[in-house]
Amino acid sequence: MEKNQNKAWLYLLPAILFLGVFMVYPLIDVFIYSFEEGYNSASQTYFGVGGYNYSYVLHDPYFLQAIKNTLILVLITVPVSTLLALFISVGLSSIKALRNLFQTVYFLPYVTNTLAVGMVFMILFKKTPYSDGLANLLLGLFGAGPIDFIDGPYWAKMLVLCIYTVWVVMPFKILVLTGALASVNEEYYSAARIDGTSRARIFRKITLPMISPMLFYLVITGFIGAFKAYSDAVAIFGTNLNAAEMNTIVGYIYDMLYGEGGGYPSYAAAAAIILFVIVLTITCINLLIRRKHVYHG
Amino acid sequence: MKVVLQNLTKTFPARGKKGETVTAVNDFTFEIPDGELIGLLGPSGCGKSTTLNLICGLQKPTGGKIFFGEDDVTDLPPEHRGVGLVFQNYALYPHLTVLQNILFPLENLKGKNKLSKDEMKRRAHEAAALVQIEGLMERRPSELSGGQQQRVAIARALVKMPRVLLLDEPLSNLDARLRLQTREEIRRIQKETGITTVFVTHDQEEAMSISDRIVVMKDGVIQQIDKPQTVYDDPTNLFVAKFLGTPPISVFSGEVRGGMLYIGENPVLPVGGVSDRPVTVGIRPEGFVPDEKGKLICDLKAVEVMGRDISIVSTHAAAQVPVIRSIVSADHRINTASPTVAFSLKPHKVFLFDRESEGRIPFTTV
Repeated sequence: MEKNQNKAWLYLLPAILFLGVFMVYPLIDVFIYSFEEGYNSASQTYFGVGGYNYSYVLHDPYFLQAIKNTLILVLITVPVSTLLALFISVGLSSIKALRNLFQTVYFLPYVTNTLAVGMVFMILFKKTPYSDGLANLLLGLFGAGPIDFIDGPYWAKMLVLCIYTVWVVMPFKILVLTGALASVNEEYYSAARIDGTSRARIFRKITLPMISPMLFYLVITGFIGAFKAYSDAVAIFGTNLNAAEMNTIVGYIYDMLYGEGGGYPSYAAAAAIILFVIVLTITCINLLIRRKHVYHG
Repeated sequence: MKVVLQNLTKTFPARGKKGETVTAVNDFTFEIPDGELIGLLGPSGCGKSTTLNLICGLQKPTGGKIFFGEDDVTDLPPEHRGVGLVFQNYALYPHLTVLQNILFPLENLKGKNKLSKDEMKRRAHEAAALVQIEGLMERRPSELSGGQQQRVAIARALVKMPRVLLLDEPLSNLDARLRLQTREEIRRIQKETGITTVFVTHDQEEAMSISDRIVVMKDGVIQQIDKPQTVYDDPTNLFVAKFLGTPPISVFSGEVRGGMLYIGENPVLPVGGVSDRPVTVGIRPEGFVPDEKGKLICDLKAVEVMGRDISIVSTHAAAQVPVIRSIVSADHRINTASPTVAFSLKPHKVFLFDRESEGRIPFTTV
């Protein structure tokens, strides 16, 4: 037994080392920086220790804007993308003809580069002196005036960002959910049919509980992913996100480190810790709900 | 409720380029009398599960009709047929408790059939009492043993008071001891409820022990329908004779010459009314009588003592099976040192079959 345990630790060692060096140590380091005022990574110096960094970040209008943007993004895209993915997966599972074709089509965004998808969205939504973009062309058919989705009003830009995010995250969810649906034993459906169960009830009472672990996995990772959103906003609005009012928390952290007004690792560290606390809290709440409502096989 | 199958046929379309269409059920016609327990028996792939699926409506027949009583249910979807089906793997909903599982079919009832909450509970507890699982109502299926899950599945099938109860290989997931116990249990429940029951099995002992009637199938075709004992004592063909009975029937190449049956060169049994021809001979294990003057002389391989009986294992040049197993009373003393053993035969335990068609050839004993 003792010998076996030593062996187990030996096998775990590489992973522990890597995680320690690249995850745990930096995390602790960031935590320390966040309390060191005016930390300079080049000279390794700082003025003093205290909560000033947090106070600065929490009073920075750019950071508050980033939090607002991120929260809107999370609250809209996670439920919308999960529900849409569930809807599409159920559809995919119940058709036979063309199923492979549609599966491929729905999976395409997953294998397409974020920036390339951003380009496509520019063509769809960007208003230039020469063209109003495809979206405005469609709106025009209904008599609605051209809207500048990229440089225009806040809600229009947020709408584009949400559509973009939903579009990018959905393929993975569809993949997971079609897998989950396929793994539900056909016999449960046969048994339910023989007992005269309506389709809606079969879905609610059998399908949903059976795939609930996967659904919950998607919600949790969806929350975490949306909180960490950054590249999506860059792909559409460029790198000066503060000017576009479209910055996210991660974008703010990046700007504080390397952006034009950058060079403030202490502020970046404080913002990162705030993000960490938010994500941790949301995930804990999710797990608590999961314990109550999800069936474990 | 009697169940009538009329020229029932189910073919599956060809798969792939070189595939052939498969006829799983071929022109079935038989009637299950009200309140009987019928065993569908056959090797795997013989179409017995398909037959069950046709009766419950999960599959649509390619031809023929199904009646429950006087109602033609051929085109009815399963939910309107009023059948209860117990699946081989029970198909209990794992996220629901035993009580919720049993309530599930009742909660589906709509319109004038809708039941009050109390009535549902009462019926669920009644069904649970019938299969003796009242103490397990709050458990989940994963917390139950195989036998208990089986009972829950039967309770769930019975709770809506089906017109017909269908059981698909109900005992195959249970260990040997539980299997014996459960099959008696199924018989008891069936007797108590009086519901016409069809159950599918590949285990001939199981089918023989609890069925009122068994249907022996092969390649989608009914071979014989009769009471278990009749099928055993009077098989219509070689397949049925071979499929029923443990130990299995011993099969020899033989020949009828001048009213006498020859196995090898020895005349073993006078048979009347059979013209001279080569035949296949089947002899039940209990049809062998050790007899020094017997004409069937086999090479003795082993004698297995089983207490009440002894089992003699021997071989014969004309045998189509690797070993001949005969069961004789322990009163017989077998000289185990002797290289051979001689048997005389009980005429009613000997069956003759045509070499080509494998159909039964009747004979009279002299």
